[in-house]
Amino acid sequence: MSDFDRRSVLKAGLGGAALLAGPGVVPVRAAEWTNTPEPNASIRVLRWKQFIQAEFDKFAEQTKKFSEKTGIKVKLEAESWEDIRPKAAVAANVGAGPDLIIGTLDDPHKFPEKLIDVTDVAQYLGAQYGGWYPVAEKYGKKGNGWIAIPQGATGGCLNYRISHMKAAGFEEFPKDTAGFLKLCQALKKNNTPPGFALGHATGDANGWCQWALWAFGGKVVNEKNEVVLDSPETIAALEYVKQLYATFIPGVLSWNDSNNNKAFLNGELSLTLNGISIWTVGKTSPDPKQQEIAKDMDHAPMPIGPVGKPTEQQNILVYYGYKHSKYPKAVKEYIKFMMDKENYDAWEVASNGYVSPPLPAYNDNPVWTSDPKITPYRDCLKRCLDNGYAGDLGYASAAVMGDFVVVDMFAEAASGSATPQEAAKRAAERAKRYYQV
Amino acid sequence: MAVIAEPVTAQLKRSSLWSRAFESRNFLGAMFMVPAIAILILFLAYPLALGFWLGMTDTKIGGVGRYIGFANFVSLSKDSVFWLSVFNTIFYTVFASIVKFAIGLYLALLLNERLPFKSMVRAIVLLPFVVPTVLSAIAFWWIYDSQFSIISWVLIKAGLLTNYIDFLGDPWNARWSVVLANIWRGVPFVAITLLAGLQTISPSLYEAANLDGATNMQRFRHITLPMLSPIIAVVMTFSVLMTFTDFQLIYTITRGGPINATHLMATLSFQRAITGGNLGEGAAISNAMIPFLVAAILLSFFGLQRSRWQQGGRD
Repeated sequence: MSDFDRRSVLKAGLGGAALLAGPGVVPVRAAEWTNTPEPNASIRVLRWKQFIQAEFDKFAEQTKKFSEKTGIKVKLEAESWEDIRPKAAVAANVGAGPDLIIGTLDDPHKFPEKLIDVTDVAQYLGAQYGGWYPVAEKYGKKGNGWIAIPQGATGGCLNYRISHMKAAGFEEFPKDTAGFLKLCQALKKNNTPPGFALGHATGDANGWCQWALWAFGGKVVNEKNEVVLDSPETIAALEYVKQLYATFIPGVLSWNDSNNNKAFLNGELSLTLNGISIWTVGKTSPDPKQQEIAKDMDHAPMPIGPVGKPTEQQNILVYYGYKHSKYPKAVKEYIKFMMDKENYDAWEVASNGYVSPPLPAYNDNPVWTSDPKITPYRDCLKRCLDNGYAGDLGYASAAVMGDFVVVDMFAEAASGSATPQEAAKRAAERAKRYYQV
Repeated sequence: MAVIAEPVTAQLKRSSLWSRAFESRNFLGAMFMVPAIAILILFLAYPLALGFWLGMTDTKIGGVGRYIGFANFVSLSKDSVFWLSVFNTIFYTVFASIVKFAIGLYLALLLNERLPFKSMVRAIVLLPFVVPTVLSAIAFWWIYDSQFSIISWVLIKAGLLTNYIDFLGDPWNARWSVVLANIWRGVPFVAITLLAGLQTISPSLYEAANLDGATNMQRFRHITLPMLSPIIAVVMTFSVLMTFTDFQLIYTITRGGPINATHLMATLSFQRAITGGNLGEGAAISNAMIPFLVAAILLSFFGLQRSRWQQGGRD
């Protein structure tokens, strides 16, 4: 429980400082924030498009509050995260465009020298709230400095139908990969199949395929960034997924990120990987059938594989400001304001727990326990590995994910278009082309 | 005085030179060409040259690349996904272009006849071309959906099928599905342009042929086809170029999946350059399309525009 360790260390530190300061002294503040935004600043912010309207409305409301408080004008725009990546790339290349982007994963690591140093914001937030999750720190840091501030993750958990799971002979959701396979096989037998995207779906397909690879000890690269994908561990993962695939609903090879939502809410799917949006949409839907589905569903973390520890891959969201901005201090002020606990908590409540927090201190938000179905999403960042694991984040890790090397490998092996050995070899060759540069 | 007079003379000399230049047809012609040349250089030649240059570098997004010669092309030559995309692109272009031409020509001939509600029929034929590509791609994505396909639904309701067709989840089904979407989208362009060509053929030629007792097929073969061949050359050149470089339909419907079975060179170029961050390799893939495109243009212009063939003779 690394979060409690960090907090207790900080508390102990603060307590010690207060003791040293003597009785009657105002407790030492954990961190100082000294930033004076440029006068008459005006910034353009591009963020990911909402899946939950109340979340975006709250974000916009807080942005307005920020402008009123600081006098900094903010133009807020939203795009689907598939479209943010090209825009972020163009902005980095031409040196024009939004001042601040809230995008995904390791995009900032592709053009770190184009970004504003946000070490002071990260250190302030970290000190103020008891430290970041290690995975959040890895996504935010380049060397000793911070180039991005993790906003959280649109957490992915297993979404399942309670009644279907029970009909398959399981009272509780399995916690290991062996039990998970048995559940999927039983669901298929009952004609209530599971289904996981195996098309070029950035969030869902990458999410569960990386989990499967890591769960069996496979990885694209080792700590030295050497490609080690063609390994017995990878073959074991591919063999496992081949068995899982046999239980899936037809068509998953073509699925993108929205297919499982549609199939689940149409009652054709019993189990899939997704954010909390299926449940939220079902719960608030005017359609009684979808409301019934929402009542009958629950969420669980991804099962633990033979490696014996959680190996999830989550869609991390990151703030990154560009050096081409005329108002870098205003950009930092905005990030700090939106990430301050008070504002973050209110936004989290509006989003119904859609974003798993990057700072463990934010886990005490009542939204996480307001309904036990939301709770599994709280700790997504505690359970996840970064997409460059076990190597560094950067151009190569982003390229391997952007080129769907791991997803294609699983799709080939699962569908039988290649043997697991052939698929692993081909994928390793593809990965080497990126890591050799 | 002499000091003042000298510059005035020089000024007059210059001004008369300038005025005389504008009286010259050649100079004036060149001046009128300047804006067009500037636009061509700025928006066509420069991006093309930049693309060539990027393809020879290891440029990553946000970075300055080094010149690496043909290393990107060497690397691509060993890349199975690249070769799959080349195969997919040729397959997609050949089949879609042939069918678009056949249907387009048939529709053009039909619309050239005296039909009831001809204007309305022409408007309907144009509809697929009017709809934005992305919208029609989304419509096809739904039509081919593995759970909600209207085609599968109808066939099941009609008792002709028991399971939904996996249009986009099977590599060959997916290839044919995107070819069909491209045909639907591209037929109006071919049909309407060929119709315009048909209407330029003088009716007197057909009247003379009728008097000579020519059959319908003979009239088509010896009058329509030769007279239409310059238009066919232009239409098919454009059709092949647009199909070969298609991006939106594929990216919206399949994003190159399943297992890269529908990745065209254009979509792979985007994936490698933008989502993958390797601008150099993405540009190299784009550059690799150029020989195919040049071959298509040469085939159209030198193959279909042979003058004797146009006049109904044999080569």
